[in-house]
Amino acid sequence: MAQPKQKFVGRSVLRLEDRPLLTGAGRFAADISFPGQLHMRVVRSAHAHARILAVHTADAAALPGVHAIWTAADVAHIPPIDFRLTKLVGLEPYRQRALATDRLRYVGEPVAAVFAESAYVAEDAAELVQVEVEELAPVLDALQEPQAFADGLRSEPAVVRKGFGDVDAAFRKAHTVVELDLTVGRHSGVPMETRGLIARHDRTRDVLELYGAAKVPHWNRAQIARMLGRALESVQLYEGHVGGGFGVRGELYPEDLLVCAAALKLARPVKWIEDRREHLLATNHSRQQSHRVRAAVDADGRILAIDDEFFTDQGAYLRTHAATVTDLTAAMLPGPYRVPAYRAVGHVRLTNKTPCGTYRAPGRFESTFVRERLVDAIATRLDIDPIELRRRNLITAAEMPYLRTLGTLGTEIELDSGDYAGLLDKTMAHLDWPALQRRLAQRRAADELVGAGLVMFVEKTGLGPRDLARVSVDGDGAVEVVTGAASVGQGVETVIAQICADALGVDYAGIRVVHGQTDRIAFGMGAFASRVTVMTGEATRIAAAKVRARAVEVAAELLQAPPDLLDVVDGRVVRTDAPEGPSISLGEIARTLAASPDGGLCAESWFQTDHMNYPYGVHAAVVAIDRGTGAVTVECYLVAYDIGKAVNPMLVEGQLVGGVLQGLGGSLYEEFRYDERGEPLCVTFADYLLPTAREAPPVDVLISEDAPSPLNPLGLKGAGEGGASAVGAAVAAAIDAALGMPGAVTALPVTPRKMREILRQETL
Amino acid sequence: MSGKHDLVLSVNGRDYAVQVEPRRTLVDAIREDCGLTGTHIGCEHGVCGACTVLVDGAPVRSCLMFAVQAAGKAIRTVEGLATGDELSVLQRAFMEHHGLQCGFCTPGFLMLVTGVLEREPDIGDEELIDVLASNLCRCTGYQNIIKAVRAAAQELRTK
Repeated sequence: MAQPKQKFVGRSVLRLEDRPLLTGAGRFAADISFPGQLHMRVVRSAHAHARILAVHTADAAALPGVHAIWTAADVAHIPPIDFRLTKLVGLEPYRQRALATDRLRYVGEPVAAVFAESAYVAEDAAELVQVEVEELAPVLDALQEPQAFADGLRSEPAVVRKGFGDVDAAFRKAHTVVELDLTVGRHSGVPMETRGLIARHDRTRDVLELYGAAKVPHWNRAQIARMLGRALESVQLYEGHVGGGFGVRGELYPEDLLVCAAALKLARPVKWIEDRREHLLATNHSRQQSHRVRAAVDADGRILAIDDEFFTDQGAYLRTHAATVTDLTAAMLPGPYRVPAYRAVGHVRLTNKTPCGTYRAPGRFESTFVRERLVDAIATRLDIDPIELRRRNLITAAEMPYLRTLGTLGTEIELDSGDYAGLLDKTMAHLDWPALQRRLAQRRAADELVGAGLVMFVEKTGLGPRDLARVSVDGDGAVEVVTGAASVGQGVETVIAQICADALGVDYAGIRVVHGQTDRIAFGMGAFASRVTVMTGEATRIAAAKVRARAVEVAAELLQAPPDLLDVVDGRVVRTDAPEGPSISLGEIARTLAASPDGGLCAESWFQTDHMNYPYGVHAAVVAIDRGTGAVTVECYLVAYDIGKAVNPMLVEGQLVGGVLQGLGGSLYEEFRYDERGEPLCVTFADYLLPTAREAPPVDVLISEDAPSPLNPLGLKGAGEGGASAVGAAVAAAIDAALGMPGAVTALPVTPRKMREILRQETL
Repeated sequence: MSGKHDLVLSVNGRDYAVQVEPRRTLVDAIREDCGLTGTHIGCEHGVCGACTVLVDGAPVRSCLMFAVQAAGKAIRTVEGLATGDELSVLQRAFMEHHGLQCGFCTPGFLMLVTGVLEREPDIGDEELIDVLASNLCRCTGYQNIIKAVRAAAQELRTK
């Protein structure tokens, strides 16, 4: 059989997803309705920390159109929400329940749920529910000594410790020690579609259906079944279109359980659409950390050891991610550098704020900021060019694969492939860095505050341990790929179709890719950790290759030709020695196999891997600062990213550019602020500032394929997060350069107010 | 709050007889009463622009307008942009320039730009950025939206 050709993989073909989305035919959560549905409105805590004395629902219940009002007692049978990742011992008491029982721990915490005939009436009624409380002092600073969380429990559920080598000895013999205090603000994914869920109990089949699923439908299905005491087969989750995920959408939240339990109990479909204020209060926050980091270096600036103690402001409860962000921060901090000795101590601390989870590049945005600030500080202290200092410390291509002797997410970190210095060289040439620096120096001489920053990072993608895909061809030749992946808008259907098309020998455009439907496939890991292209893609490729082999085997008989002279081209099996000769379509082959014991022309495959893979990159930013307003303008931005092999460069570029802008949001504009009573100050888009087209710099993307992953045959690595990872670090370095004040930026976001504070120091 | 008003909403050239409370927003009426769910709700406080529709040719945030205010006016939504299977120039440009990812904000951007290009076909590139800055997108970083809109504007001018 001829080898499959790469006709679609590697090309920027147009997306299969676009037409319905462009014509208003999308099916997002709020677009789904069922006859007789009730609308749920959640009554939320107005207090950061309080003891519940009573919840008065009589006035609300009296409103016409109100069907039921639930408080904690109505959901007492539902256990707290369990952890999906990084489940450390002893964390269980810190989990969140569907409704608060005796304590309120953050503004926005669900206290009661109203079910009514319309969304308007449900909202009216929710306003009439009165929660009587005794206010308690809130904890709002993760650096504060841990307090009592409950009897015998402190507000520090875990301390994550990672490291290797003799750190103390390295510091004793160090030529220089550089020490920094750095903080990253509280911000989050904030997708344009808020969460939305519709639960329905089909009593005929006794199946509980949940629409509006995203990210991890199979895991959520198993949890909902367990928590509600139902057989797995009697719970099905359905993903429609998802208006952005970024880590926060699709995790299992209290509202998921409320709509499911209510649909069962009230025997009516139940619909809940989060509003934007709720979203900013209730959906996972992320990122907030304070680091005290120090490096021991020799006289040439070579890193001997890094020692980091940090504090994650986790919010009020441990949600599905448990200690994930803290763990990833500690695991990924060493980045692309040779670090002979390393110690990270990450404190997971609870505060009376919205609970946190992962947000695009969790632990990498934070740790890249910390590490690259540290490297810049070493360069300043030793008066070495920061790029030269990086070069001296980079792990070389010859050292790959490089075992980090650190673990995270159940895997051991082994940097699988990479030529970090090679990508740095390419980037410098692409930017013409010396010329850029000369131009900026001229502008600074003319009293402009402009500067450039350049930083490096390592990403982690393709998290296993396994994925499953099924490829089938029907009697008309139509190809379907059923996956356990999820789509949050990143182009899953197109990419999986491209991979299948090449492996099978068909056009990508006709392939139907199914994702996020738990009744179509028994196993699915979903979409997180930039895993879909790598894991689902490779499972798809193997399954499609099996289908192709089967088709050739059957065709060899039907065409009376040796299999090694057959190829599959555009959906037909043809002879390679006589392309115009007799051929047979995949549809015909499928028809001849329809009655066969293997059930037609189809195949199912697993792909398993014990390791993640590690793309890497360089970010560079040029910024200008307005002395008067303190506004920072990013004039241009560059991402250089080695992805191993790009299935669709246009989509890779789209992922990277989108990630950059989210990174800029967290670096310059976005921050969930609280007042001294724990009242959130950013609950509208007028206060929580997402970047607009006006703030978006031109982003230049340099995709390289120098280091294919040895862990899968196509060499794939993921693209989802590398656009965001290093933005904070790059912007900080550029601001320092613009001000001529190395180390000026120690905290993100650098809002105009913070910038003016820095400018005042400059003039002192 | 009490009492419903009978009114006729004209959406994409078709009349919809609806009964709405005075407080019902235009976007809720378009989505729930007319069944046109292509117009999305992103913030309900007039910032994100996902709910942008054209009312008598002008881009309007349909979360900030009551349905009763739109009676007798010509409303256009994303469902009315394509002619049969043929996408509009702007829709096609969004596809060709990868100007959408999750697609949730896309109808709002399409209606915003459609309205602006009809009124100001010669709008400059910088002014276009100001226009685009009135809606939010969380996926694309705007770069490809800007490319798509510039390409569409160019194509429409030379048509």
